[in-house]
Formats: sequence, structure tokens, C-alpha cells
Amino acid sequence: MSKKPSATIDQKPAAPVSYGQAPVNASLTAEHKIELYRQMVRIRRFEERSHRAYTGKNAAGGANIGGFLHLYNGQEAIAVGCCSLMGKHDHVITAYRDHGHAIAVGMNTKALMAELYGKITGCSKGKGGSMHFFSPERNYWGGHGIVGGQIPLGVGLAYGVKYKGYKGSAMAFMGDGAVNQGAVHEAYNLAALWNLPCVFVIENNGYSMGTSQARSSAGELAKRAEGYGIAWAACDGHDVYEVRATMDKYLTIAREECKPAVVEIETYRYRGHSVADPDNTYRTKAEIEDYRRTKDPIQVFQAILLAEGVLTEASAEKIDEAAVAEAEAAAEFADASPYPTAEDIQKDVYWESDNPDQRTSQGRLFFN
Amino acid sequence: MPQITYREAVRHALAEELTRDPNVVVMGEEVGQFQGAYKVTQGLLEKFGPLRVADTPISEAGFIGMGIGASMLGVRPVMELMFWSFYSVAFDQILNNAANVRYMSGGQINCPIVIRGPANGGTNVGATHSHTPENILAAHPGVKVVVPSTAYDAKGLLKSAIRDNDPVFFLENTLLYGEKGEVPEEEYLIPLGQADVKREGKDLTIVTYGRPVIQSLAVAELLAKEHDISVEIVDLRTIRPLDIDTVLASVRKTHRVLIVEEQKPFCGVGAQLTYMIQAEAFDELDAPISRLCTIDAPAIYSPPVEAEQLPNPQRILKAALALLD
Ligand SMILES: Cc1ncc(C[n+]2csc(CCOP(=O)(O)OP(=O)(O)O)c2C)c(N)n1
Ligand SMILES: [Mg+2]
Repeated sequence: MSKKPSATIDQKPAAPVSYGQAPVNASLTAEHKIELYRQMVRIRRFEERSHRAYTGKNAAGGANIGGFLHLYNGQEAIAVGCCSLMGKHDHVITAYRDHGHAIAVGMNTKALMAELYGKITGCSKGKGGSMHFFSPERNYWGGHGIVGGQIPLGVGLAYGVKYKGYKGSAMAFMGDGAVNQGAVHEAYNLAALWNLPCVFVIENNGYSMGTSQARSSAGELAKRAEGYGIAWAACDGHDVYEVRATMDKYLTIAREECKPAVVEIETYRYRGHSVADPDNTYRTKAEIEDYRRTKDPIQVFQAILLAEGVLTEASAEKIDEAAVAEAEAAAEFADASPYPTAEDIQKDVYWESDNPDQRTSQGRLFFN
Repeated sequence: MPQITYREAVRHALAEELTRDPNVVVMGEEVGQFQGAYKVTQGLLEKFGPLRVADTPISEAGFIGMGIGASMLGVRPVMELMFWSFYSVAFDQILNNAANVRYMSGGQINCPIVIRGPANGGTNVGATHSHTPENILAAHPGVKVVVPSTAYDAKGLLKSAIRDNDPVFFLENTLLYGEKGEVPEEEYLIPLGQADVKREGKDLTIVTYGRPVIQSLAVAELLAKEHDISVEIVDLRTIRPLDIDTVLASVRKTHRVLIVEEQKPFCGVGAQLTYMIQAEAFDELDAPISRLCTIDAPAIYSPPVEAEQLPNPQRILKAALALLD
């Protein structure tokens, strides 16, 4: 792991300014802007620390994190930009690449890291793992492992918001590979047919595992919305201002007019599909470096904020150091926490078995 | 005999059948250019070309259904599910179409498709990725279900599956892919529906399949050494058709049965076996049939706890000793 903070890569991209003028961005205070920046850096540092826990060895000789670990590095501006627009009745659901959204909605990184370590102090008590983070109190409905499976749920959240009479929305995130799941298309149709306030967000990082967009999808991704009469847009995902400006438009329509939209956001992932992916068959190192050099979302926003005079090199450095320390503290917390026990396996399966005094059904629930 | 891995055994079976029969095609997510999510199909694209080894989008209902349709026309698709856990997305295709088309057409249409991929827990990938649906699949007349435990079995059974004229669901195991076993150079087939006595014994029969076979063999070794107990291990290999005769022969020999399965207990394969054993060999039993399954809850992520949720040597040992008490 390089000691040099990624927030100080030498070649600075030119700062685009136009999206900063969009009302949703122009109205931000300096503190809000710094907060957006800080969140992206916190996500980056969290992911780097979890990567180390997955690949490194612990005292027992094993890795601290098992299974799959899908990192969000490179895509930070999307989760942060979108979630920064959430009001009380706006909801979020995503796939297994879910750490960034979790941090962006305000989940505690200690509980997230502990979940990755499989500890009882984790956000799902060590039961869900990397792909299955949830925080209903923050309107964050996961964290879903089956490609595309979360999209109908997102439509359901939108339905719930509308049914209950709230002015709100649901953002249903998916990857560029997920658009080829049948469930996504059934969900589009329902959202359009029933005028549900769902904004479908395609985080297009160019690849579904080792398959490029060209090798997996016919036509343009977001444009498929047209078949359902759904409004759509495509935007760049490396500028958090652009993400916010684009999403604000469609979230406002969703909340005010109860209409769905599909927003495709171009982005890139720096790491392999999961940490287990050797990432050597489908793209070049040069391609990754090129994106990092010219479009890194943290770099881009740092340049913007430096130009705006909101941030200084020194304050950026401080934010980065704090993010590194936070991730380290999360890892220490996770490490020091206990695992669930065998008795925990059969807890949280049924509401009734967890609330036996209020049980109304009869008969056996478990068969061991 | 050369030692090859379970993964290579599956790969060799695919390569041999692709060579033998031009109707055989291999399809699935990442099977070609990426060389397989678990490297089972490594090298096949180079050898057989993109028409016969095809990468699909993440559209299980679409491509599994397409495979079923193609099989109706005499193509022999071997479809890879990256995980069997994703079968649920294609459930309608698998169970309404593959399982029923022959019956509903009055026997006019065959469906010689193979769907294969890993189905196991133990890799800390959580509840959505750890399904073992052999019981759910086998509950449907019209389909065949195979769960091989060794490299030798995997190769011989997969070749038979590809030549079979009915839909065959072939459930592998990511934790076995790296396990080596003896596999002859010369061609061989293992018929579907033939159990294998993996170890002879006289005191206790363990009926099992998949990875628990390997664990049970280790436990049997230990029981012999440390407790002077002789365990017979029957590996079902195929769940449907089910070789109940081999199971019953073993019961008549040892009079005690422990069923070990890496799936949840309710309506599991072991429940069916238990019914059949008591129905046909009740008088042969010296003790109630015992059953060891995955602890009845969705798969927990936490790595050390998942190991306890699944059958493991310690749990198998305990169950075996309890049965002999
Ligand atoms: C139904 C289903 N099929 C296959 C998989 C295996 N899988 C997990 S992620 C993935 C690629 C998805 O790519 P994309 O939608 O572009 O999202 P990204 O990983 O790029 O964020 C695949 C094939 C799965 N989890 N669920
Ligand atoms: Mg993608």
C-alpha cells in the first residue's frame, strides 16, 4: 500500500466548472462541499484498508475477511453525489458493491468493517458479509448479492413511498451487467405503468466481471428506458457536481410528479471485480492508470475545491489522514470484536422465533 | 494412474465431449475469454472457438431458456451457472420448461441439456451464494440430479450426463475443484444413478454425497484407528435417479445409518432416504436413522461460524459416535 495519499497524485486534471453552477451545487456551503470530499476520501481509505485485511494474514495465519470483497474504488462520486441528495423519504438500494453507498448514507465504518470480519458487532451481526450491508434507519435497504435482484425491490420502495403518501423517491442502483436481467425490465415496466418515483441508476464501470459492455449488452443501456416511456439521461461519474446536478433533476421529478427515470453514470472501477479477480484477462493496466490520472473522482473534486478556494492542500491532507486513521480504527475495532457463536446461527431467521412471547403460529419452526 | 484435480476432470470431460459430438456447446457467464469464474473451462475457447464456447450476458433466465430451446432441436448445450445459487433466476425455465416439455408433448420432445456449476457453502459468501438446491431440483420428475465428490466421478458422470437425453443438473463444489484424484487416461463413463461404496465397513453406514463424502472418509479413518469402529461409506453420486439398492444392501450389512448432507434438513434428500430405508428395511435397523445436515438457517457469513453451521468432521464424528452408543 503506497504511503502517499491518493489525494496528491502529481498530475492535476483541469477543473471543469460548469456543473458547479447548477443550483443544487451553487447552493452548497463550503462545509457541505468539504463534507462531500471527505466522504469520498473516507470511502477510498475504507476500501483500501479492507483490501489489506482480505489479502494480509492475521495472527492465526488466515485472512481477516473471507468470501467476496467487491471494492468501490474509482466510483466514489456516484454514491456520495446521489446519497447527498437524500431527504427524509428518499431511499437507496444497491447490489453487492455496496460499501460506498453504506458510508455515503452515514453508516458507521466500525460496524461495516466488523461485518467484513464476520464479527457480532458488524452491521448485520456478521451474518451478511460484504455483499449484504443494510441500514433501514438510514433508508438503506442493502446490499444484494444476486445481480439485478434488488431492482424490483427498489420499485417496491418507490411504491411504498407513494402508497404511504410521502413525497419521496427510491434510487435503485445497478451495474452495467445487471441491465440484462429480466427482473430489471419487469421492474421498469411496473415503475412506468404505475408512475412510481423510482430513479434507476446504472453505474456503468465498463465491465461486468471480465466482460466489457460491448461483449454483454446490445444497444445503449439507458436508452432501453425509451421502450417503457421512461425518461433517461447519461452523465459522467467522475465529477460529483455533475452527478448531483443530473440526479437532482430526476429525483425532483420523481418526488414532485411520481415519475421514474433511468440515469446511466459513466465510471470506472480500479480494482478487480472482487479481490479474488486477478484482473489480467480483460483490460490493460494502462487503461486503469489512464482513468486514475485523468478522471479520478477524488482528484477531480479536489482540484475543483482548490480552485474554488474551499480547500487547501493542507486541509486536504488533514482529511486524508483522518480517513486513514478512521479506517485503521475500524479495523482495530473489528479485530477486537468477538465472532457470533453457534447459538447465533438460528437467531434472526423468523420474527416469531426472536419474539417467542408474541408468537401466534404453532408447530415447529426449525429442524435441527 | 495420473492424478488430476476435480476441476481438470470436469474440464477434460467437457473437452472430450466437445471433440466427440459437434452438437455439444458450452455456454455461460465468463466461460470463454475470462477462462471461467473458477477456471473450469480454461482453454476451451481457444481450442473450440467462440461458436462452441460462448460467453453469455448475465441473463440466466434468457440463456438457460435458450439452451433448453436449442436442446429441443438436438443441440446439446452444457450451460454453466457461475453458482447454482443463481438457478432461482432461471427457475421457471428449469422446472416448467426443461422438466415438463417431454411430458406435456406426450414424449415427442426431448430436452438433452446439462446445467452445471458449483453448489456449496463453506466459502463465506453469505446466504445468497451458498444454496444447495439438489433436493429442490430432484423433487421434479423429468430431471436428473448429479452431485459428484471426486475427480474420477466428476469426469465419468459428466460425460454420461452430456450424452443423456434428459435434462441433467450437475452440482459441483468450489471447495473440491482443487482436490486431486486418480483419473485414467483412457475413456470411461459412469452411469447416472449408480451409488459407489467409497469405503467398506460393518458397524455403521454413512450415506452421503458431495463434499461430506470426503469429510466422512476422514472421520471413518479416525473411527477405525481410535475407536476400532468400521464405517461403510455409500456415496450416492446421483440423487435422481437414486440407487436405493446399494443403500439398502449396506443397511442390511451394518444395521445402523447416518445420513450426512450439506443441505438444510427440511424436505431434504435425507428425509426421502429415511422414508425409503424404514419402508424397505425396518427390521434391519438396530437404531433410529440419524441425520446430519447444515444447521437450519440461511447461510451465515461469519467464516468461523459458517464452518460450524455446515457438516464438518467434528459434527460427523459426534453423530457417528452417538449412533453407536
Ligand atoms: C443472477 C446472478 N448471476 C451472476 C452473478 C455473478 N456476478 C456477480 S457480479 C457479476 C457482474 C456484474 O457486473 P455489473 O452489473 O456491471 O456490476 P459491477 O460488478 O461492475 O459493479 C456477476 C456475473 C450474480 N451474483 N447473480
Ligand atoms: Mg460493471
